[in-house]
Amino acid sequence: MRQSPRHRQKLPWPILAIALLAFAFILSPFIGLLWRTPWSKFTDIVVKQEIRDALWLSLKTSLMTAILCVIFGVPLAWLLARVNFPGRRFIRALMTLSMVLPPVVGGIALLYTFGRRGLFGQYLDSWFGIRLPFTTTAVVMAQCFVAMPFLVLSVEAGLRQLDSRFEDVARTLGGSRWYVFRRVTLPSIKPSLIAGLVLAWARALGEFGATITFAGNLPDMTQTMPLATYAALDSNPESALILSLVMVAVAFSILIALRDRWLGRADQGPPL
Amino acid sequence: MFGRRVFIVALVPLISLAACSSTSESQQQTTLNVYAASSLAAPFAYAGLAYEKEHPGVKVQFNLGASSDLARFIQEGAPADVFASADITNMNKVESQDLLDSQSFIFATTYLEIIVEKGNPLKISSLQDLTDPDLIFVTTNPEVPIGKYTTTVLKKAGVAITPDSFESNVKGIMLKVASGEADAGIVYHSEVIASDGQVQGVKIPTEFNIEAEFPIGIIKNSANKKEAQGFIDYLLSPEGQSLLTQYGFQTP
Repeated sequence: MRQSPRHRQKLPWPILAIALLAFAFILSPFIGLLWRTPWSKFTDIVVKQEIRDALWLSLKTSLMTAILCVIFGVPLAWLLARVNFPGRRFIRALMTLSMVLPPVVGGIALLYTFGRRGLFGQYLDSWFGIRLPFTTTAVVMAQCFVAMPFLVLSVEAGLRQLDSRFEDVARTLGGSRWYVFRRVTLPSIKPSLIAGLVLAWARALGEFGATITFAGNLPDMTQTMPLATYAALDSNPESALILSLVMVAVAFSILIALRDRWLGRADQGPPL
Repeated sequence: MFGRRVFIVALVPLISLAACSSTSESQQQTTLNVYAASSLAAPFAYAGLAYEKEHPGVKVQFNLGASSDLARFIQEGAPADVFASADITNMNKVESQDLLDSQSFIFATTYLEIIVEKGNPLKISSLQDLTDPDLIFVTTNPEVPIGKYTTTVLKKAGVAITPDSFESNVKGIMLKVASGEADAGIVYHSEVIASDGQVQGVKIPTEFNIEAEFPIGIIKNSANKKEAQGFIDYLLSPEGQSLLTQYGFQTP
């Protein structure tokens, strides 16, 4: 299975040069951010109430989103990977649409569906008195809408690669469908599940367009880190820089932490 | 994956569209970049068309947004030729860094109005009515001109309101109220006119109201100062002035 350890390939120099350019391009904005960061004010700004509120709200909503994505995304991935039904490819394209859509379009769509005058929202309001916009629930909905496809696609790919004979054997040995799903299928797709979870969580953490359009922007209610950063750009650019840096640090440390633990090493090939 | 052919078929018109627009752009000699407060969108769109008709070879390109955003873009060196702000504070940010060619001046003013959903279902008739805690009121951050003006008006009237959302610019307030998600907001009178019945305006008494002043100026680094002056001249011409009046602005 595994290739001979790190056999060195000689790259043609133009490709190497282009690769280095790409590397520099992706890296340089982070250096620019570090360069402009007012380090002396770092601690003063980080402990500010509104920044702690935004950070806490972001963590809370994105974790909630990650959990909901697993609960709803895994069955959906299973349906797309394992069940043959007419128009499956079309359905799959629809399910992943929100991944390629500009998030603000997703926000408008959510507004006109679940808003107070929206397709379903009007009944939520008149029958149950539930109003979603401008609530933390709306933030989670916006995040789920854009993040779920990342989990679904990853888990679906994992399910497709999985040799279904293992499950068949477990079934012939008397395992119930639920037992086989829990004890055979789920453990086998763990790497792709974790990868999808991290991608979805990261996408939720960075969500801006759909959130501000559907959920609005109110500190401690709907103002997540990206929204707080954008708002701070006007009032206090130094806060915006420090907020940006905090987000870079959070995202980067999660990627590093998860990479070694669950995602496998790069030379083993990623599960995606 | 989902039909590669479908993907290509979808791409072809997009690419040809992009190709078309780039050829038509290359025939234009000059692009005049006008950075304008989003509340000026409607009259400026017409002014741009009229100016282009009078000056073949010039294309007017608008960058519309919150004046605070635009001022920041200009400070960071964005290629603007003209800057029209919705308040003096944001124009000063640009002017104080010596980024203007000559002093800015007020070319239009307007006042504020409460906006409510069409038909005014909550029967809002005064600023006092906005204090109802169940009412959803939206505004912008206080750095955006309309947010600052709103705070001033509410303070003058002695009314305390906790907003439910701070939108990024005046268009955000318009969207939330027009779609019925928010019950009320405060915007420029001109915005109510431009909305063409999407929202309903409720007058704010003169003693609490403010005069929102819109300054305009030419950017120092502009390569198109002649065209920039031409665009401003058009706004000051009788035709331009009647356009601004038509959209609910007063002209000094």
